[in-house]
Amino acid sequence: MSIPKETLLHAYRTMKTIREFEERVNAEIMNGQIPGFTHLYTGQEANAVGVCAHLDESDTIISTHRGHGHCIAKGAEVSGMMKELFGSSEGLCKGKGGSMHVADIDKGILGANGIVAGGPPISVGSALAAKIRKNGKVAVSFSGDGSVNQGTCFEAMNMAVVLQAPAVFVIENNYYSEHTHISYAVGCDDLKARTEAFGFPVFVADGADFFAVYEAAGKAIAHAREGNGPAGVFAEQGRYHGHFVGDPQAYRAEGELEDLRENHCPLKIFRAKMAESGELSDAELDAIDAEVMAEIEQSVADAKAAARPTAEQVTEDVYIQYTATA
Amino acid sequence: MPEKTMRDAINEALHQAMEQDDSVFVIGEDVGGCSGSAGDVGAVGGVFGVTEGIYHRWPDRCIDTPISESAIVGAAAGAALVGMRPVAEIMFADFIGVCMDQIVNQMAKFRYMFGGKSRCPAVIRFSSGGGFSAAGQHSQAMYQVMTSFPGLKVVVPSNAYDAKGLMLSAIQDDDPVLFFEPKILYQETADVPDEMYTIPFGEANFVREGDDVTVVAFGQMVPKAAAVIDALAEEGISCDLIDPRTTSPLDENAILESVEATGRLVVVDEAPPRCGLTADIAGLAADKAFSSLKAPIKQVSAPHSPTPFSPELEAAYLPDADKITAAIKATLA
Ligand SMILES: Cc1ncc(C[n+]2csc(CCOP(=O)(O)OP(=O)(O)O)c2C)c(N)n1
Ligand SMILES: [Mg+2]
Repeated sequence: MSIPKETLLHAYRTMKTIREFEERVNAEIMNGQIPGFTHLYTGQEANAVGVCAHLDESDTIISTHRGHGHCIAKGAEVSGMMKELFGSSEGLCKGKGGSMHVADIDKGILGANGIVAGGPPISVGSALAAKIRKNGKVAVSFSGDGSVNQGTCFEAMNMAVVLQAPAVFVIENNYYSEHTHISYAVGCDDLKARTEAFGFPVFVADGADFFAVYEAAGKAIAHAREGNGPAGVFAEQGRYHGHFVGDPQAYRAEGELEDLRENHCPLKIFRAKMAESGELSDAELDAIDAEVMAEIEQSVADAKAAARPTAEQVTEDVYIQYTATA
Repeated sequence: MPEKTMRDAINEALHQAMEQDDSVFVIGEDVGGCSGSAGDVGAVGGVFGVTEGIYHRWPDRCIDTPISESAIVGAAAGAALVGMRPVAEIMFADFIGVCMDQIVNQMAKFRYMFGGKSRCPAVIRFSSGGGFSAAGQHSQAMYQVMTSFPGLKVVVPSNAYDAKGLMLSAIQDDDPVLFFEPKILYQETADVPDEMYTIPFGEANFVREGDDVTVVAFGQMVPKAAAVIDALAEEGISCDLIDPRTTSPLDENAILESVEATGRLVVVDEAPPRCGLTADIAGLAADKAFSSLKAPIKQVSAPHSPTPFSPELEAAYLPDADKITAAIKATLA
């Protein structure tokens, strides 16, 4: 499969942006600058980027509590996201939502989501709209290995098949739901087979490898876009951080994290493949690294300088219109 | 008496109940923790540590589950119907949204619909309430909503001492009990006896006693109101502070007797105002103590809005000392 150079450059830049965004967010949480509950996507960058590379602005995604990577990959503005995480009124969601609720409807980002498996049913609705409008759009939902055990996820998968809606279910197996291993929480041995039993094809990829995810997601998204009903992507790749910042990670095996960082790094794997194929040079990638670092640095400076919300804003945006006599 | 945090007090109650009665078991997401992993199974004890240590003592009665709130509550309800005493954990009260049917259409109504022929002695624990910049889906109180459903008993402790005694009562109770733990109070300490004790449901606690104004507060608003009342005492204003401790059953007499004596009522809760506890208690007083009232009843609550993320917004959202003070003074104006 040959991928246009433009796409390769964009994919690398996006993965690097997610990586540096998350590492900086981690540091700012430690500094006490970012409040609330934050879940980092570091390590899983290739999933979001490999999937979103096949989407345009009017396709939709719906994300999870671990949503920064999905949102960046779908085109959310980094500075607006950073401001949101800092709780600024200039943030993407005016400081109302924070990390777990980053959204940008104009960009087809129907939101990160604090409710595990809150997203898939909503994504089926977006897919159904595409089917009714016959506009060739697809709706992608991201789900963790833990969220697939929620009734809403089962219902969404079955209904997408019943409705033959262009819904794409991306299952990201990072092996854990909070502290619980997938081998405990998913009762059967084969999650791919369980998912396919709903009645749609699931394409498997190594979630550390952008090219593998790109290929699998390409098949799934084409399947849905061409009117064949839903499809799935199943990608395996561990997260580098704890479930939340400060998680003691008592569930890890000895050497697990080192192995992930060393042998399953999407950025390293991407660079190695580029070195091998010669499609992109080290110099080109280094230049992107420098630009990304500068962009993240700037986003933090902007977030620190951004306006803070005021008390009157608490009750704004609850409704579009709502009249009651006080 | 030893000082313990609310977290430790509830943990101790769970240990003692498990020790005493082998029909008691805990179930929920990561209540043991690390199940299926190569690491230290049982090391978590719930994300707030409330079930810590239970797995190591009673691995068969400390049950980790998939992320499946409906099935967790349903399994607790079903086990209780056949005679067990489950204590299920739903990590955040907001997730009631996921398992509402099992709570309100199933466990709440078994006994009534079955003509009084069943028992469902299940306890469902929730972390509850705001103060963590956790935004709209991890900050809600929810107990005010659940109070409206007949068949459920609803507990909201405001300190470690009450939490232990109320938890032991909840586990012994033969009806389904929803137990809301204000998560902002987990690390707050009080004197908590080592031995087992129970606090009866439907018996309010007079946290402060005074003559001028009756203040009724719930959960995390109780310590906030107490601090305000202590400050006002220096200005010569004295208040009763009533913590109902259980919102269902509700100790109506304690509230009405106090209002009859003071003639003034302020009700404080962190939840939004509509169909909530402040309106509920105000309605009670208006209905049954109207002739004693010397001033309009004041309600202090969050506004009619979801919980915002930003710390500044959340601070403006939750009732604070200024709003409670202003309400008390308004009844005296
Ligand atoms: C309905 C609901 N239950 C529980 C939680 C608490 N929770 C947040 S993330 C999480 C684990 C999710 O695991 P997984 O789906 O594998 O996603 P990952 O965190 O691994 O990205 C849990 C249990 C929640 N937010 N919502
Ligand atoms: Mg996971």
